[in-house]
Amino acid sequence: MENKSVIDVRQLIKVYQVGDVAVHALRGINLTVSAGEFLAIMGASGSGKSTLMNLLGCLDQPTSGEYFLDGVAVDALSKNEYADIRNQKIGFVFQGFNLLPRTTALENVELPLMYDRLHRIKNPRQSAIESLERVGLGDRMDHIPNQLSGGQQQRVAIARALVNEPAILLADEPTGNLDSRTSLEVISVFQELNSQGITIILVTHEHDLANYARRIVELRDGIVLKDKLVPTRKNARKDLEVYKQEENQ
Amino acid sequence: MLQLKNVLKTAFKSIFKNRMRSLLTSLGIIIGVSAVIVMVSIGEGSQKQIEEGIQSLGTNLIVVFPGASRSGGVSRGAGSFNRFTFEDVEKIDREAALISAVSPVVRTGGQIIGGGKNWFTTVFGVSPAYFEIRNWELQDGEFFSERDLRAKKKVALLGKTITDELFAEQDPIGEKIRIRSVPFTVIGVLKSKGQSGMGNDQDDVILAPATTVFYRLKGGRHVDMINASALSVERIDAAQEEMRAILREAHRLSPGDDDDFTISNQAEISDAASETSRIMTLLLGSIAGVSLVVGGIGIMNIMLVSVTERTREIGIRLSVGARSIDVLIQFLTEAVILSLSGGVLGILLSFIISIILNRFTELVAVVNPQIIIVSTLFSAAVGIFFGFYPARKASLLNPIDALRYE
Ligand SMILES: Nc1ncnc2c1ncn2[C@@H]1O[C@H](COP(=O)(O)OP(=O)(O)OP(=O)(O)O)[C@@H](O)[C@H]1O
Ligand SMILES: [Mg+2]
Repeated sequence: MENKSVIDVRQLIKVYQVGDVAVHALRGINLTVSAGEFLAIMGASGSGKSTLMNLLGCLDQPTSGEYFLDGVAVDALSKNEYADIRNQKIGFVFQGFNLLPRTTALENVELPLMYDRLHRIKNPRQSAIESLERVGLGDRMDHIPNQLSGGQQQRVAIARALVNEPAILLADEPTGNLDSRTSLEVISVFQELNSQGITIILVTHEHDLANYARRIVELRDGIVLKDKLVPTRKNARKDLEVYKQEENQ
Repeated sequence: MLQLKNVLKTAFKSIFKNRMRSLLTSLGIIIGVSAVIVMVSIGEGSQKQIEEGIQSLGTNLIVVFPGASRSGGVSRGAGSFNRFTFEDVEKIDREAALISAVSPVVRTGGQIIGGGKNWFTTVFGVSPAYFEIRNWELQDGEFFSERDLRAKKKVALLGKTITDELFAEQDPIGEKIRIRSVPFTVIGVLKSKGQSGMGNDQDDVILAPATTVFYRLKGGRHVDMINASALSVERIDAAQEEMRAILREAHRLSPGDDDDFTISNQAEISDAASETSRIMTLLLGSIAGVSLVVGGIGIMNIMLVSVTERTREIGIRLSVGARSIDVLIQFLTEAVILSLSGGVLGILLSFIISIILNRFTELVAVVNPQIIIVSTLFSAAVGIFFGFYPARKASLLNPIDALRYE
């Protein structure tokens, strides 16, 4: 079971056509991610990280290539099936949070369950509450986004991504808008979730943060440059404690 | 398809979360709907008023003016048979079988002094038949009689306007007034008729015996006009022909001569007035149409402006698994709720405005159910179309494109 691949991508190509210019964002990505992995994707700006994540998250369609998600050939699906995949199999966390404004944390987290047409989740409200508690926001459920800090907003977004029990959690620079202490908090939530068995792919610029993952994939110019395991994995919870002690002194 | 309950819940949530946007959107519809209803109601109201005004002129009315209707050829000088005399009127009264009543009208005007005040007005010298012909009713006092007419009595009936001006705090009956310094006794006050179809005040008038006005005020020159009533509306044309024959005989016109007078009847007068009011309704209708279009553009603007925010919202919904159709249904539901509530509020507002207009201004607004339906449907259609169309476009985007939309 451990070796069952959640994501299997072969020769994935994405070309953006801007006027007369064709931008080759991805030039043939091959990538396999097994269940329970915690993968960090790194690479210079413009190397195609976001493009890849959007394809993996079924938010966009590739120009060519094969994509198996949880054993299903995604590229053969219709638009509606695509939407259902996003709903059932994928939790996506954006750099810019993308929460609905003027809507409470709880309602934001409940949003994916509105489109749960198979009724996989029996008790939506209860699941949303549990999901918020999982990211440590059990006491902020009735707050609307602009009453929350950036880190808290990102945790609401993570709770939303988790609520429909996805096969994989995708996060594109989730700490990009956060300071280092808050970033550490968010990463520790990811580590916690990963230890509970959730597969995670995280895009980050910072080597520091990448070392909290188990495996690092580096992109350059739309191809995989390096793919290696993290030799000495860091523990975000512990580092956060250290951080807090330093602050207190 | 999601459950209807959830769809409605989401729509209402979204409407109340974005109060300002919802209010502005509805406002466009509210103003559009109420403007059209009020405008058209005013148009219909004044048309009704004009029709009533024409009715108050008297039914079956036939009016004869001196002078040929078409002034072809040589114009006749004063002194020829182009004025009427009392004999003409008496001849019609005696000989016409299709005429129920006929009265001379001797018109003059001038300063009236009475009750310590003065006023300028028109004085009509008429016979008692005139009251019937022109549907005058008494508010107070009595009409003058044939005897008063023959005796050239100096008695007068006052219109409502003059009564109010001269005898605001006093019973005018029995009081003396001076018409161009000739003393008259007030014997009656006429019931108000209001504005005529042409917009002049019919109550600003004094009625007195034709003979008195003729000899005392005008120095016995001529009768200005003859008013008559046909026996029935159906036979008004025959009555007119009969009068023409009698007058031609009285004026000794040979068969080849043109009439030296002009006869017109109620139908012709109302045709002219109806034409005027039709044009006015058309005018108000087009103003209303313009305001409806302006209201529509307002709705359109607000709908389009909110698209940026909404496109991001759509992106978020799509990214967590909404299908295009889910988004569409949600937006359509919101648009329908907003348009409907805007329409209902617009109708209420138009009722309030109509009541205010009717009570505090001279405008009369008659609210017509048809126009309510038409304007509400139109505004709703505009609201729905412009709310729905951008949402449809956005819902067909890739989620990532909807999220990136600026
Ligand atoms: N919608 C688009 N239209 C056209 N070109 C695009 C689009 N999105 C991305 N690109 C191009 O594709 C390439 C890869 O972009 P991508 O956003 O995947 O980079 P990235 O690795 O995420 O960079 P960063 O670290 O700055 O977020 C870039 O050259 C970019 O200009
Ligand atoms: Mg990026």
